[in-house]
Amino acid sequence: MTIDRAVSPAQRALELLGDDLTESTLKRYLDGIPGVDAVGLEQRAAALGTRSIKTSSKVWALDRIIELIDLTTLEGADTPGKVRSLVAKALTPDPADLTTPRVAAVCVYGDMVPYAVEALGSAHAAGTDEGINVAAVATAFPSGRASLDVKLADTADAVAAGADEIDMVIDRGAFLSGRYGLVFDQIVAVKEACRRADGSYAHLKVILETGELNTYDNVRRASWLSILAGGDFIKTSTGKVAPAATLPVTLLMLEVVRDWHRLTGEKIGVKPAGGIRSSKDAIKYLVTVAETVGEEWLQPHLFRFGASSLLNDVLLQRQKLSTGQYSGADYVTID
Amino acid sequence: MSNHIAVPKTYKLFVNGAFPRSESGRVYEVLSPKGVFLANAAKASRKDARDAVVAARAAVSGWSGATAYNRGQVLYRVAEVLEGRRAQFEDEIVQAEGVSASAARAQVDAAIDRWVWYAGWTDKYAQVAGNANPVAGPYFNLSVPEPTGVVAIVAPQDSSLLGFVSAVAPALVTGNAVVVIASEQYPLSAITLGEVLATSDLPKGVVNVLTGSPAEMAPWLAGHADVNALDLVGAGALDWIDLEIAAAETLKRVLPPEEGPDAASPTLSRIAAFTETKTVWHTKALL
Repeated sequence: MTIDRAVSPAQRALELLGDDLTESTLKRYLDGIPGVDAVGLEQRAAALGTRSIKTSSKVWALDRIIELIDLTTLEGADTPGKVRSLVAKALTPDPADLTTPRVAAVCVYGDMVPYAVEALGSAHAAGTDEGINVAAVATAFPSGRASLDVKLADTADAVAAGADEIDMVIDRGAFLSGRYGLVFDQIVAVKEACRRADGSYAHLKVILETGELNTYDNVRRASWLSILAGGDFIKTSTGKVAPAATLPVTLLMLEVVRDWHRLTGEKIGVKPAGGIRSSKDAIKYLVTVAETVGEEWLQPHLFRFGASSLLNDVLLQRQKLSTGQYSGADYVTID
Repeated sequence: MSNHIAVPKTYKLFVNGAFPRSESGRVYEVLSPKGVFLANAAKASRKDARDAVVAARAAVSGWSGATAYNRGQVLYRVAEVLEGRRAQFEDEIVQAEGVSASAARAQVDAAIDRWVWYAGWTDKYAQVAGNANPVAGPYFNLSVPEPTGVVAIVAPQDSSLLGFVSAVAPALVTGNAVVVIASEQYPLSAITLGEVLATSDLPKGVVNVLTGSPAEMAPWLAGHADVNALDLVGAGALDWIDLEIAAAETLKRVLPPEEGPDAASPTLSRIAAFTETKTVWHTKALL
């Protein structure tokens, strides 16, 4: 079998694997990554989930969770009006309490980017540190089953429309059949499609879809692959496949990010997405991040929650803390 | 004589169709009037009350969306199962209240009769409380009673079974879901009734039974924004004025405490107390 073709010369991979970057060196490297101790990983995740976060720590955590949310609507039934109301919620999560922070980004399908940008107006971050980003899912989300040309056009289209962040999916079929080079090349190509006219790049989040990767070993390999190919973020899931984000999987990806940081000094972001619906769950993730890569990662450019219903639960918890009484779903907006 | 070792029952809460212990891990001793230890009952905390409200809220759409006929069938089924377990209830009442066997039997009889009476109203109540209003235009104008949602109840404190049934059944008729704090002194029959409810096709979460201190839990339910109505029938010994004030904060429907043997006696007004009247206009056909 001759799979010794050269893969795209991505900078990180060149520095780590050497100049003769071929599919076989890549495969050898990824297959050489030690396996994951699944029992240990799950125990560690479970232990981190038992921390008790109360009173002032909880107040801090709830606000920080909001600041880390990619408020998401990814439905076939999305309309410009739905995106506008999503943006309104992103700008003013709780109209009854204007001290509520704003979310990090809104995450929509590529064709909805212009409406999101328009609705954000001056609140659109557009490359600055202030304001709300627009993230677009691209590359034939959620399946990723389209030709490379279509994926690149999808990406370039969203970037041209003003998306600050691109959430791409990897080709899980190719990954599971061992064609790492193909997956690698696609990520590199999509990264290049994220280049704007002025030479800057939209942030690239690489969705591994861990629910389809079957094993922790695969998740670790895919994380390394995505980072080597140039991903700025690694993201667990599309939210369309069960299981979506789980704490052990996120912990594992954070460990890869930690290892990469130790190796190169470079900071990669992590985004668990899908299935995180309660503040309680989200706080477990905050603890896991702080304990694995450090509190420094609890910032929007290094950690995000991909969520839609999480925000309402956090708002209810905030209301509980400010009024002293349990709140109810009648006191937050229906999305 | 066999070597059977008696298996004492652990009385737990009844929340969301399951029988969890209190999240606080607390229990309290239930004693007979003569001070004999009967059982440990779970002492629910405010978080158990919160969880119960979440379960009740989730159950509202299914229960209120069921046809009135179906709700009637389910409630009647509860009475059937109650009938089959009457010996257990009579036994518990004799032990807990220290009354005679015949008094206990009378209480179980009354509880079953009352449950059947309310079960019968499910598909008849709308005819009585609803109306086709006369209006001066080519419209139908219909008023129909709809369930208010989640009802929190402080059950009568001086009765094991009858008081509990009298408070819970009317709220269920129109499709409300219920969170009920059982009698602190006589909680055992309420939990056993939970077992009946769990095996009677009543969807999970429609009735949630908490045992423990009403004084501790009632303020949390009264102030809870996701509770739509508050029945204080058994709250006479609490600071119930404060509970009413807390309930007013979120515009709850409130029933005041009642005392004596006639507390929560069966009336249509107890059903009506937990409904909202919806009035719709509908054009008459032009043909």
